[in-house]
Amino acid sequence: MNLTLKVWRQEGPDAAGRFETYQANDVKDEMSFLEMLDNVNEALIEDGREPITFDSDCREGICGTCGLMINGQAHGPQKGTATCQLHMRKFTDGETIVIEPWRAAAFPVQKDLMVDRSALDAIIEAGGYISADTGAPRDANEILVPKPAADTAMDAAACIGCGACVAACPNGAGQLFTSAKLAHLNLLPQGQAERWKRTEDMVETMELFFGSCTNYGECQEACPKEIPIDFIALMNRDYLKSKIKNRKLIGQG
Amino acid sequence: MTATKEPPALTPDITSRPIAERHRRSPFPVVDLYRSSVGKKWVMALTGVALMGFVFFHMVGNLKMYLGPVDFNHYAEFLRELLVPILPRTVALWLMRIGLIVAFVLHIHCAYGLTVINRKARPTKYQSPRDYVAVSWAARTMRWSGIIVGLFLLFHLADLTWGIHAVNSEFVRGEAYQNLAYSLDRWPVALLYIIGNLALGFHLYHGTWSLFQTVGSMSPRFNPRHNPIRRGFAAGFAILVAGVNISFPIMVLAGVVG
Ligand code: SF4
Ligand code: FES
Repeated sequence: MNLTLKVWRQEGPDAAGRFETYQANDVKDEMSFLEMLDNVNEALIEDGREPITFDSDCREGICGTCGLMINGQAHGPQKGTATCQLHMRKFTDGETIVIEPWRAAAFPVQKDLMVDRSALDAIIEAGGYISADTGAPRDANEILVPKPAADTAMDAAACIGCGACVAACPNGAGQLFTSAKLAHLNLLPQGQAERWKRTEDMVETMELFFGSCTNYGECQEACPKEIPIDFIALMNRDYLKSKIKNRKLIGQG
Repeated sequence: MTATKEPPALTPDITSRPIAERHRRSPFPVVDLYRSSVGKKWVMALTGVALMGFVFFHMVGNLKMYLGPVDFNHYAEFLRELLVPILPRTVALWLMRIGLIVAFVLHIHCAYGLTVINRKARPTKYQSPRDYVAVSWAARTMRWSGIIVGLFLLFHLADLTWGIHAVNSEFVRGEAYQNLAYSLDRWPVALLYIIGNLALGFHLYHGTWSLFQTVGSMSPRFNPRHNPIRRGFAAGFAILVAGVNISFPIMVLAGVVG
């Protein structure tokens, strides 16, 4: 099939960007979206033109590096997949596809379709871990975890940190990502010691960069891992509690 | 593992620029909460519940209109006499009014604060059209429906509480039924009441659905994902309140009451 692409081109972080139109010819159904872009880039290079910059790594939906706004939808029209898992069979011959980078204050465009997502790392650095400062790890089966908690924590842990939730949100909010990272640890026994500090720190770091939640639900539709907004509800509750519990922990509550 | 005085500092690896300032934590959790967007959402939700209670009882009380002038005016008088003789006349009414005013002010102030945050969080809009999947029309228009309800409220107060002459020239203090019937008999006014209440209905629909999420009642622990009861309750509540309220101008115009 032959497609017309309207792609956002921007030389650098401070340059003004614009859409440019390219032809993608002989696109096969079974190609992934990124392979299709690779082909376009090869043609551009052969022509001596600058290829389109975009991020990708694993190309199997597990690393969270890829991410494009395709026809106004984060990661494109297919539910529950990252851009790299989107196949060209989702498109029809002759179609025009518009490709834009994620847009948010926290995700400044670096070049073309590549954005800086280090704001998500800031949230992780604020508490998205469990401290194990000494000794050997305990045997995994020594710590009992109730099955529902393990399952729900696993659902949350599926987040690959791609930032599609922020991109899809009309408010540029980072709640889905943050709440998934919080729930992943806060639901497990190993996460309890730092639960309230983690919640307070991660939420407040999130608020340095991102917008607020208006419960639109666009994030869970865009999320390649189908993280539900239920986790945001849990985060809202834990944040309120953290304000009280953290004081109790130092004997001030 | 105890609380620190401020959120952790950003490391040099973090190259995205913050849109808000890092604050030292206040000794009073309420201050921190009111500063944070998650906390502001709590305020929106809790004041929202108070305001929902108000519109519900306002609607129920107004149903007395169908019983005629005696019952309606009696009810209006009852509100002034509430808790007499424990409290002097109209004191209980004023306490409720003050509570409502506080709830309104906080609700609007938080909505404003959150809107400002959200504008900052996406300074450059998408340059191509977005294709929204989930968001409902009611949700997307919350700010507008909120503003319309607010303006309508001012008109409604001028019309039937303060009895400003330019708005309601036949206003007589204490004659609640007659004032209402006169007002709604003018079709442009009736139309305003219908528009105001339609906006209220949409606002209530998303607000009611949303508040459960904000106060965390849909946590994965009880995981009723996309809870149909919550949707149903939100829709039912919005339709009930707006529907009954809209019936008043229609019935007055149709000559059924008044
Ligand atoms: S919650 Fe989903 S959309 Fe957001 S960063 Fe994680 S995987 Fe991506
Ligand atoms: S490239 Fe790794 S998730 Fe798409």
